[in-house]
Amino acid sequence: MPSALPDGEPVPEDGSLPAPALAGAADRPLGFYLHVPYCATRCGYCDFNTYTATELRGTGGVLASRDNYADTLIDEVRLARKVLGDDSREVRTVFVGGGTPTLLAADDLVRMLGAIRDEFGLAADAEVTTEANPESVDERYLATLREGGFNRISFGMQSAQQHVLKVLDRTHTPGRPEACVAEARAVGFDHVNLDLIYGTPGESDDDWRSSLEAVLGAGPDHVSAYALIVEEGTQLARRIRRGEVPMTDDDVHADRYLIADEVLGAAGYEWYEVSNWATSRAARCLHNELYWRGADWWGAGPGAHSHVGGVRWWNVKHPGAYAGALAAGRSPGAGREVLSEEDRRVERILLELRLREGVPLALLRSAGLVAAGRALGEGLLEAGPYGEGRAVLTLRGRLLADAVVRDLVD
Amino acid sequence: MPAIPSHVPEPSRTDPALLRNFCIIAHIDHGKSTLADRMLQLTGVVDQRQMRAQYLDRMDIERERGITIKSQAVRLPWAPTDGDGQAGTHILNMIDTPGHVDFTYEVSRSLAACEGTVLLVDAAQGIEAQTLANLYLAMENELTIVPVLNKIDLPAAQPEKFSEELANLIGCQPEDVLKVSAKTGIGVDALLNRVVRDVPAPVGVKDAPARAMIFDSVYDSYRGVVTYVRVIDGQLNKRERIKMMSTGATHELLEIGVSSPEMTPADGIGVGEVGYIITGVKDVRQSKVGDTITSKDKGATEALGGYKDPKPMVFSGLYPLDGSDYPDLREALDKLQLNDAALVYEPETSAALGFGFRVGFLGLLHLDVIRERLEREFNLELIATAPNVVYRVIMEDGKEHTVTNPSEFPEGKIDKVFEPVVRATILAPSEFIGSIMELCQTRRGTLLGMDYLSEDRVEIRYTLPLAEIVFDFFDNLKSKTRGYASLDYEPTGEQDAQLVKVDILLHGDRVDAFSAVTHKDAAYAYGVRLVAKLRELIPRQAFEIPIQAAIGSRVIARETIRAIRKDVLAKCYGGDISRKRKLLEKQKEGKKRMKMVGSVEVPQDAFIAVLSSDENAGSGKGKK
Repeated sequence: MPSALPDGEPVPEDGSLPAPALAGAADRPLGFYLHVPYCATRCGYCDFNTYTATELRGTGGVLASRDNYADTLIDEVRLARKVLGDDSREVRTVFVGGGTPTLLAADDLVRMLGAIRDEFGLAADAEVTTEANPESVDERYLATLREGGFNRISFGMQSAQQHVLKVLDRTHTPGRPEACVAEARAVGFDHVNLDLIYGTPGESDDDWRSSLEAVLGAGPDHVSAYALIVEEGTQLARRIRRGEVPMTDDDVHADRYLIADEVLGAAGYEWYEVSNWATSRAARCLHNELYWRGADWWGAGPGAHSHVGGVRWWNVKHPGAYAGALAAGRSPGAGREVLSEEDRRVERILLELRLREGVPLALLRSAGLVAAGRALGEGLLEAGPYGEGRAVLTLRGRLLADAVVRDLVD
Repeated sequence: MPAIPSHVPEPSRTDPALLRNFCIIAHIDHGKSTLADRMLQLTGVVDQRQMRAQYLDRMDIERERGITIKSQAVRLPWAPTDGDGQAGTHILNMIDTPGHVDFTYEVSRSLAACEGTVLLVDAAQGIEAQTLANLYLAMENELTIVPVLNKIDLPAAQPEKFSEELANLIGCQPEDVLKVSAKTGIGVDALLNRVVRDVPAPVGVKDAPARAMIFDSVYDSYRGVVTYVRVIDGQLNKRERIKMMSTGATHELLEIGVSSPEMTPADGIGVGEVGYIITGVKDVRQSKVGDTITSKDKGATEALGGYKDPKPMVFSGLYPLDGSDYPDLREALDKLQLNDAALVYEPETSAALGFGFRVGFLGLLHLDVIRERLEREFNLELIATAPNVVYRVIMEDGKEHTVTNPSEFPEGKIDKVFEPVVRATILAPSEFIGSIMELCQTRRGTLLGMDYLSEDRVEIRYTLPLAEIVFDFFDNLKSKTRGYASLDYEPTGEQDAQLVKVDILLHGDRVDAFSAVTHKDAAYAYGVRLVAKLRELIPRQAFEIPIQAAIGSRVIARETIRAIRKDVLAKCYGGDISRKRKLLEKQKEGKKRMKMVGSVEVPQDAFIAVLSSDENAGSGKGKK
């Protein structure tokens, strides 16, 4: 999640939600995101909310450390139980992200999941994912997770090329992520994802192809590929500004994306979101689909974002402040916004247009419909689905999704 | 300080022999307003308590920019302090002339209301082109010239050198040049004495039908139009009905009086006198500078000579940045026109800029002042198209078109195109002769002559197409002469020239706001420059956009904006959603500031940047 928090109204001390947020909740799936804000080192491109210190002192002297982090987070899961009250939903997805979740002991991750199971209950077919750093896991660690109820794992691979990893400050050795896939399979993980980054300064088309080939060789059932975003305030942004590394041109990003879609498509991975490909419908990341389809999720951890029934809120960023709030029995929420009908309509368009299923044209107003017709004419929307009342992006349209969204929301 | 004269003759009962009507010719910054301030104090018409700097300049813009746009007349009593002291109290009417080249006609009418003029020149800088032009105008009107060097208290003053220069110009002795400091007041009383001594008293026929010349007309929101007149023959009396001789319109005199310096009603204004009248008209075009006023009954039959209708020389399209401000712009122009008979405009529609007005101006300063007043006094944000001149186009079939907007330049078989030309006078230190001539040559100038005013100062005269100086000529001249050159020009007619219209096409659609009429030799450079500039300013869009410059159907320059291939954020997870929605809202706001030209979104900034680029804007060029 990006480190800058939006502006919003304050969250009540007890974290309670406006009553309408829970109306009709039973019809919406509920997920949990658990944020682990620790990393061994900070990567040059990363602007996520993560810290390399193992101990952070918060307000009121509360100590937030890696060692007691799971307990702190479990406190928030219990707060969630209180806030959601008699909401009887079982949890459909759990996603542990970071930071580097695997810097915590495997048992800690399992305990956090256990708290959710205890407080809410897990659906029988729940998807339980953790992100993992290829260097910080081994087969025993993976086996502990699997036995503890995790069934999906996502490795940050980024690139198969050492020189590219170096620009990104990634410390793992090439080949290690691919080995992780095999190890995860061996201990019984059904679903494995590899994350890739393209457009890193210094990366060539061939470097990118070789990374994709390496992924195909490892055979995960899910691949995410992201264009490198140079965020303000990162080490990489400073290096680019100083001219130490070149900025990657948008056209190069476009070329890399086309290569990814071609290579992955040919190998049986089908896009289902602009930056995500899966070998089957079952291999899709259900948790991410909750985000994209306006479902409910509770994000626990410093800086984590949540959404329940049209209310979005976000926690304080600093682990010390976060732990301090929970220790004092307060919600760690830093701010929230209650979405208007129009906000929700706009969000649906901007999120669902990124999906293979697209946006129902019925969601558009007349100016948006005119724009959709124009986008169809320009080859940005697929003709078939359009005829069936859906705006679905073509390959070229995916690369221009934001521009299309700007027109469709009119 | 001399005593304030007693026994001041009253308006309408003043012996013409005691009248002195004079104006001050000076370059901007040479201290005219300060001198006027000192005269007001010295003659006692404004007391110390009420005094403020540049007392006579009413409009903020005038005071801030140090220019005088509208002239006024002040009645000053003065008993000469030299000689035997028996001369008695005289009445000095000081007529403040507009100080700029665009208002030459108004200057000429002010001069026609006087018998003499004070030629005021900065003792550190010498005479400037525009002052010289007005001096020639005064000499043509056979005015008595009182040469004065101002700012003699400045360390950089060179009174000897510039006395010599003035003496050469007007044919007097260097010792005859008065030396004053308007700032400190030194020599101002001597100057007033000299005006009484040298400027002739007006000569008119007292008993003839009234004939009064309008030399200024000012709109006042409380009183309507205040018209300043010089009575040549006869007398105007309060409450009589008067007639405007150019139109035959009659009005009742609601008020008649003199300014000293506040408006003071009187019984009338007698022969040779200067004063104001108020008739209740609401629009200065009903009371035009240069027109002759007479009595309705038993009035004069022959008007005074020299009247001209003001004719706009430079045109520009003015468009509100926000289209919804259009009615406000119309209202603002209507208001300004009340006070500006030379301002003309008519509604115009631009495919690129929306609804606006094609506005005609006397010249560049006029344009500048109007635009600034629209923006400042009426809070309007405007886009102004590059200023252009008026072309007369004769088709092969003999049809004639008058073109005030380049986008309306006719297509088809053109026989001849005529453009206005001016006679330009440039004064500069002689070291810059080379670069000035070079500049004038590139602007299609023809050298008329060159004279040395003094050892190291030269007057260069050129015929230039007006179109060549409405762009950036003056800025170029200033930068090539380190600011030393001064420029004056006067329209002298028209010439047949090889002119073509260059159109700019965006994705095949002509952008009317960018069409320009240029000499055929300059068309290519204009096209290349504009096309390159637009390529920089227009963001990449979903499709490839060719930008072309064309003369008729012949493309002379082309650039392409490549289609944008990527406009999508890679990641959009839980925490990104609020941020992304907010970004979208911001982008939508940005989109509102885009103008659609055909199917191309052009940022408003691009229009402003192109139209106000150094190479072709009129903005800020007027100060001389």
